[in-house]
Amino acid sequence: MNNKAVEIEKSKQEEFIDYLKDIRKDKNNQSVLMSVLHKAQDLFGYISKEAMEEISHYLNIPSSHIWGTATFYHYFSLKPRGKYIISVCMGTACYVKGAERILNEVKEELGIEMNETTEDRMFTLEEKACLGCCGLAPVMMINGKVYGELTTEKTGKILKGLKNGTPL
Amino acid sequence: MNEQININVNGKNYSVRAEQTIMQALDGLGFYIPRLCYHPKLSIEGSCRVCIVEVEGQSNYVTSCTFPISEGMKIKTNTAELRQARRDIVELIFDNHPSDCHICEMDGDCELQRLANSVGIRRRHFTGEKRLHHEGDSSSPAIIRDPDKCILCGRCVRLCHQIQGVSAIDFSGRGFQTVVTTAYDMPIKDSVCTTCGQCVNVCPTGALVEKNYTRKLFEELSNENKIKVIQIAPAVRAAIGELFGLEPGTQAEGKLVAAMRKLGFDLVFDSQFAADLTIMEEASEFLERLTGDGPLPMITSCSSAWIKYVEQFHPEMMKNVSTCKSPMSMLGALIKTYYAKKKGIDPQNILSVAVMPCTAKKEEIEREELKIDGEKMIDIVVTTREIGWMIKSAGIDFLNTEDEKFDSLLGVSSGAGTIFGVTGGVMEAALRTTYELYTGETLIDLEFSELRGFKGIKEASLEIGDKEVRVAVAHGLRNVHFLLETLKKDPLRYQYIEVMSCPGGCIGGGGQPYAGKNYIPLDEELLAKRASALYGLDRRNTIRRSHENPEIQRLYKEFLGRPLSPVSHKLLHTFYAKKSPQGIVF
Repeated sequence: MNNKAVEIEKSKQEEFIDYLKDIRKDKNNQSVLMSVLHKAQDLFGYISKEAMEEISHYLNIPSSHIWGTATFYHYFSLKPRGKYIISVCMGTACYVKGAERILNEVKEELGIEMNETTEDRMFTLEEKACLGCCGLAPVMMINGKVYGELTTEKTGKILKGLKNGTPL
Repeated sequence: MNEQININVNGKNYSVRAEQTIMQALDGLGFYIPRLCYHPKLSIEGSCRVCIVEVEGQSNYVTSCTFPISEGMKIKTNTAELRQARRDIVELIFDNHPSDCHICEMDGDCELQRLANSVGIRRRHFTGEKRLHHEGDSSSPAIIRDPDKCILCGRCVRLCHQIQGVSAIDFSGRGFQTVVTTAYDMPIKDSVCTTCGQCVNVCPTGALVEKNYTRKLFEELSNENKIKVIQIAPAVRAAIGELFGLEPGTQAEGKLVAAMRKLGFDLVFDSQFAADLTIMEEASEFLERLTGDGPLPMITSCSSAWIKYVEQFHPEMMKNVSTCKSPMSMLGALIKTYYAKKKGIDPQNILSVAVMPCTAKKEEIEREELKIDGEKMIDIVVTTREIGWMIKSAGIDFLNTEDEKFDSLLGVSSGAGTIFGVTGGVMEAALRTTYELYTGETLIDLEFSELRGFKGIKEASLEIGDKEVRVAVAHGLRNVHFLLETLKKDPLRYQYIEVMSCPGGCIGGGGQPYAGKNYIPLDEELLAKRASALYGLDRRNTIRRSHENPEIQRLYKEFLGRPLSPVSHKLLHTFYAKKSPQGIVF
């Protein structure tokens, strides 16, 4: 990582620890575990082992329990995820309008399978059941932003754009 | 609340104490409902669903372990439909369980097998893909995990958290992928697990068992070039009889010694002798601290799981722990030095084995700091269960064996050494000697009733000459934690503390015979019977004080010099070092 990235990482870590020191003033430590795990995922993109150890240390919760909670909920990712989380909607309307072709285009363009992350940690591919934008089918969501009425060509253009540094 | 209410069970009315669950009330009335995840010492889960009963007015069967009784409740426990439902539930558990009973170590001892038999399962519902396969974990020298055999009852998780306060394992994943494992799924030897083995005691299947060294030991016993030595712990002789159908509480020392010789051991020594030795060294160490600069309180060091616990969780207390090795390790050192020298044996030719009630001792012998001149002092530790199996497998008629005595030089013990196996016993033994060493007077009341029994933390105090010595005894690691927390707030409260990791002390150790058909794991009635065997041996012994043991006196005269001498320090004392496995709390 370059210097700027290292600095960002460090400040995120400090932010997380400050957050832990603050939230543990709440008497019932075990009950804040879910909020804390969400915070870790928001900050770091995933729940790292280091984050779990910090949580264990500051909140006095056994690591085995934190591990158990983090592995129980599908939402929590235990592996680093990309800068851009791409969810291709596979709900009924999108499916009927060719979502599979869009999915394959994404897989080919990025060279990864479902639930995988690209080597350069730029993109992660996830599946979503239904985004509720059926009028725009087929749809994909990138970091919360919805791209609708997709074609394989449009999809390729969007992804290439992101690779080149075009903002979302 | 002592209020009584009326309930109707299988058509008859009964008056029972209110504020109970159905299961508690039925147990009290003598109706036994089959169960798996329920254990009276652990939190109630209601997850296995085996204990279902029919309650009038409820649309579904209810789990008797969670459902509270109420006035006028009508309960049925044994209808044909209920029995079918229970059969179905247990059959479904088996559909996800390996069909390996005949090659499983727990065959014959397995609670799940007994349940299957009692409920009368007769079919498989589903074949094909089972739950996600997990690799077994045999990284630890003491305990083996086989998650494929686990039925997810959660007893081990609850016990490790609620009774031991270690929390080495927990549930992870969900659905078909659910597995009981360590943090980050790391090998158990890298985790905070203290290898106390209580999880092994409480597991109803073969998912958690001790690491078995019987095959290796049988091989070694065939080696004619080695001198085969075994030492026997106090708690072993108190419980081994259970494996041969003897009433719990029947001590079987003489038969056990004889059986060891029949098995092929050349020499059979008594760990109780070493317990007396531990008292000599430890009492002297305590008096040095008491009359000098401390540090006090001093805490006993014979429990291996406790040592791992303090190194991990409370390294700031390491200076308070006695530098004495455990009796087993002291004897291990003496066998290959004192005894070998006296008899002109090359220590390299000695196979030193220990039979212990303990799983943690299997890890203790691997400790680097216990090696002397680079050599491991004890080669193999087997548990009471393993030796019981070996005796049977070798075709030895245990019950009809004539009593034999231990071999001399390391075989005589006092009653004080005997009671090492029960919670409070080490402290009683220590006080007997400390008193007489310091004051020069005879201690008349040798028994400290306040230190007996199974209360989590026990206290006593004794006037020793001009000193008032306040002592505490804790068993079960969570109680130990509470005691240490008390000490943080009140450091002068006690001068001497005994710690045993296992509830009940060594008699309830991770390597002791399984509870079997008539008792449940950790059952205090069973523990009390084993304890009475040891207290009985103490009372019947003509020598009840460690310092009066003639073989101990001889050992000091001819070899060690005096307690805490340089020779004693080299062979019988050790040191501790902070350990930081992943997953530390506190």
